[in-house]
Amino acid sequence: MNPAELLGPDLSLAFWPIVIGAIVNSACAMLGCYLVLRRMSLLGDAISHAVLPGIVVAFFFAGRNAFGWLFVGAMVMGLLTTFLVEALRQWGNVPEDSAMGVVFTALFSIGVILLSNWARDVHLDVSCVMYGDMDVATSIMTRGFGFEYPRVFPRMAAALVAVVVFLFLFRKELKVAAFDPALSTSMGFSAGLLHYLLMGMTAVVSVSAFEAIGSVLAVAMLIVPPATAQLLTDRLRTMLILSALVGSLASLLGYMLARHFAVNSAGMMATVAGLIYAAAVLFAPRYGWLARTQRSLALSLRIAGEDVLARLYRNEEASRRQASGSAKTGDAPAAAESIPVMTSPWIHRLARSRLLHGGEVRPAADGGLALTDRGRQTAESLVRSHRLWEAYLVQNFQLPLDHLHEPAERIEHFIGPELQQQLAESLPKTVVDPHGRKIPGSIPTDDRETEPAP
Amino acid sequence: MSPSSSPRRPGLPVALVLIPATLIAASAWLLPSIAAYTSALVSYNTIVVLLGTTLLGANAGLIGTFTVLRGRALLGDVLAHASLPGLPLAVLILGRRSFGAMLGGAFIAGLAGVFLLTLVRRWTRTKDDAAMGIIRSVLFGLGVVLISFVQTRDVDGGKAGFDSYILGKTAGMLAEHVRLIAIVSLASLSTIVLLYKEFQLTSFDSGFARVQGWPALVLDNLQMGLVAVTTVVALPAVGAVLVTALLILPGVTMRFWTERLRTLLLGSAVLGAAIGAIGSSASATFSLLPAGPVIVLVGVAFFVFSLLLAPRRGLIARQIAQQKFRRDRRRRRLLATLYELDEADGGENDWHGVDRIASRHAWSPTELFQVVTEVELEDLIRRRDIDGAGQLCRLTTAGTEHAATIVRGFRLRDALLDQYPDQAVLVAAWEPRDFDENLPPEQLASLEARLRADGRLPAVPPRAMPPADGLEENRR
Repeated sequence: MNPAELLGPDLSLAFWPIVIGAIVNSACAMLGCYLVLRRMSLLGDAISHAVLPGIVVAFFFAGRNAFGWLFVGAMVMGLLTTFLVEALRQWGNVPEDSAMGVVFTALFSIGVILLSNWARDVHLDVSCVMYGDMDVATSIMTRGFGFEYPRVFPRMAAALVAVVVFLFLFRKELKVAAFDPALSTSMGFSAGLLHYLLMGMTAVVSVSAFEAIGSVLAVAMLIVPPATAQLLTDRLRTMLILSALVGSLASLLGYMLARHFAVNSAGMMATVAGLIYAAAVLFAPRYGWLARTQRSLALSLRIAGEDVLARLYRNEEASRRQASGSAKTGDAPAAAESIPVMTSPWIHRLARSRLLHGGEVRPAADGGLALTDRGRQTAESLVRSHRLWEAYLVQNFQLPLDHLHEPAERIEHFIGPELQQQLAESLPKTVVDPHGRKIPGSIPTDDRETEPAP
Repeated sequence: MSPSSSPRRPGLPVALVLIPATLIAASAWLLPSIAAYTSALVSYNTIVVLLGTTLLGANAGLIGTFTVLRGRALLGDVLAHASLPGLPLAVLILGRRSFGAMLGGAFIAGLAGVFLLTLVRRWTRTKDDAAMGIIRSVLFGLGVVLISFVQTRDVDGGKAGFDSYILGKTAGMLAEHVRLIAIVSLASLSTIVLLYKEFQLTSFDSGFARVQGWPALVLDNLQMGLVAVTTVVALPAVGAVLVTALLILPGVTMRFWTERLRTLLLGSAVLGAAIGAIGSSASATFSLLPAGPVIVLVGVAFFVFSLLLAPRRGLIARQIAQQKFRRDRRRRRLLATLYELDEADGGENDWHGVDRIASRHAWSPTELFQVVTEVELEDLIRRRDIDGAGQLCRLTTAGTEHAATIVRGFRLRDALLDQYPDQAVLVAAWEPRDFDENLPPEQLASLEARLRADGRLPAVPPRAMPPADGLEENRR
């Protein structure tokens, strides 16, 4: 029985390509997570090119169906590539990227030449190895265990099982090695050995993939889904699952689109995976462009608004002091145009209108702005943070007076109530800031007028 | 730099480069007439292909060297893969096949790929390696899709037209293509000659160049543009998958032979030309094979040859140097140990058991045999067998003198490092006698005095001091 027939005539043709695509892509994607995390994507890329001679030799000597030999050939080529790159780097003093470039092009060239020589004997051609052909790969069916399935199915399923078993057996070791190779080695799991194992497995999956999606495009499936998943999550387990899902989704959509436009399906899968990645770059909840822009916009709005409030508060303070005749020369109320230069005008305008709507400021008689009671409360707290910080800097770091304003201006927006409390406790007797202005909210602990700090 | 060297005349290197360049350009344009004269010997096609691939290799070698030095070897690969969609796009837009337009499309697509790569690197948390993998595989995939799309609709072209862009084909190279290669080669050659100084600095210390106020970004982009042009003109001959090898191989191969940028560039250009010429001839001989892999394997042959056999940086040369260093060290240790044993016995040359010396230094029997034989042949020690219980050896008079020098050097070093432990790296490479030349006389005297006070200064024969001004030169 062919399970595809359950789906009816329309979908039955698409069933096996989609299943095979999902199997191959999720195997690649899960393994790829570790490549991406260990920053070995390029080596994975090199390996998936370099397995070509392994494929050709295995096909030539063992025949098309002996997938055990195919995996052995792949393993050998994967390890050989890894070893050669390492050897060139270590013993030949060749920079690592050049070493990769030399090794993979050399092995790939050998593969192409073997292939051109033996093409008739191995029933393969270059384009099949490079881009694969999903329809051809799934059109030749065999029977087994009462089912009818494509001839390539067992090999690909075996690769997926091998990947899952490998990742499960070595989950702890791989995790440690992915994030801290030195720690892993010092704990007794040789990071080097794991590295070779991982590269061997990479070769195995890219070989298992080649008839369906081509070993060159297997690279896309090794790297793009994990990179997408990495944008979406910080947890390894979630990353593994997500990247398998992204891989499967790419294969599903890619295959359907490729069928619709009658174009190469492996290329389409890579393209779709790229589009999914682009979508994640833009819209990922935490690391996406949209979220980050929104976060930084919100932050600049808050800072711009708080700057306006603090400015207004200081103006009020200065005019009060002027009225009481205690104003020092050069302490005239600063005009409202002395907005910090880093704020762009439209952010400033937006912040103003937010303050107006929020009822923290109201239009003043002279056409400017004036604080409401609620606004004054916020402003007071800000100015308090600012002046406490200045006093703290003087007390603990002996900074000169003209070095105080700028750091305080920056940090005032990030001093919450808790930190404010701590600062106040560490400055028990201070009621004025180093410039001699009163710190709002600080009550003198005794009757003595506290001397301003020098 | 020594004061006697004359200021560099800029005209000379320019002339050196421009003369061959003019010859190259002239020959590319005069192809038909050249072919008319030589057609009796070789066919017109052969000349076109040979000239094209030679120039291509030379240019790729020249430009590729910079990418190798800057650790951007794989950027050429990204460029080549990313340029693939440009070919079918040009066909789709124009509605017909045009060689120039397709290469133009590839050029734009390649640069767009590099631009996307910069965006991904800068704005996402994706790391560099993954970013390169993504750009190159996804755009290559897109290229494959578009090619298959064009192939089902294309009016005047079969599949063959695009296949050559993936694995390369030199057999059908057109004179038009060769001219394009000549233009590109000329452009990159003259850029490099004109901006040699700037490229030299950015290759080795781009941060310094930026600090010095040089337009590092412009220079970078210019270099990138040259890589892109070179990659694109090489696409039809070597193919997208393997172009990177043509860029990398000459540079990394020549790197084994020289440490001077000028020689490196010149050598890479020559080597690239050789790879192109030999590779295309070889692929003409085996007409079934695509040209790209054959050219790459020719380059790899040169690479492996240099890797093994280059005189100073090659594997074998370095192995030999290391062996020699180890043998030298063992020889010194043997002599010094014998001297110190004599010293402990009261200064008389005496017979000492060889095994005892070996066990001090954890030498294997082979190593011991080697070093003892060597030193004995130099007449520095005598050796004697004792029945069934190993061997004894003794320093000769010449050996004692030699050993005293070595031991004195060791002890001077230890005394010096006692005072200045941070100078260990500097002192490590000094020969026993170097202390006399490299140390200020008063410091040497004080070190010697300290050793003499402990009775640990070996008596060495006096040595002719170098002339005073030579000493000055050394210290500066």
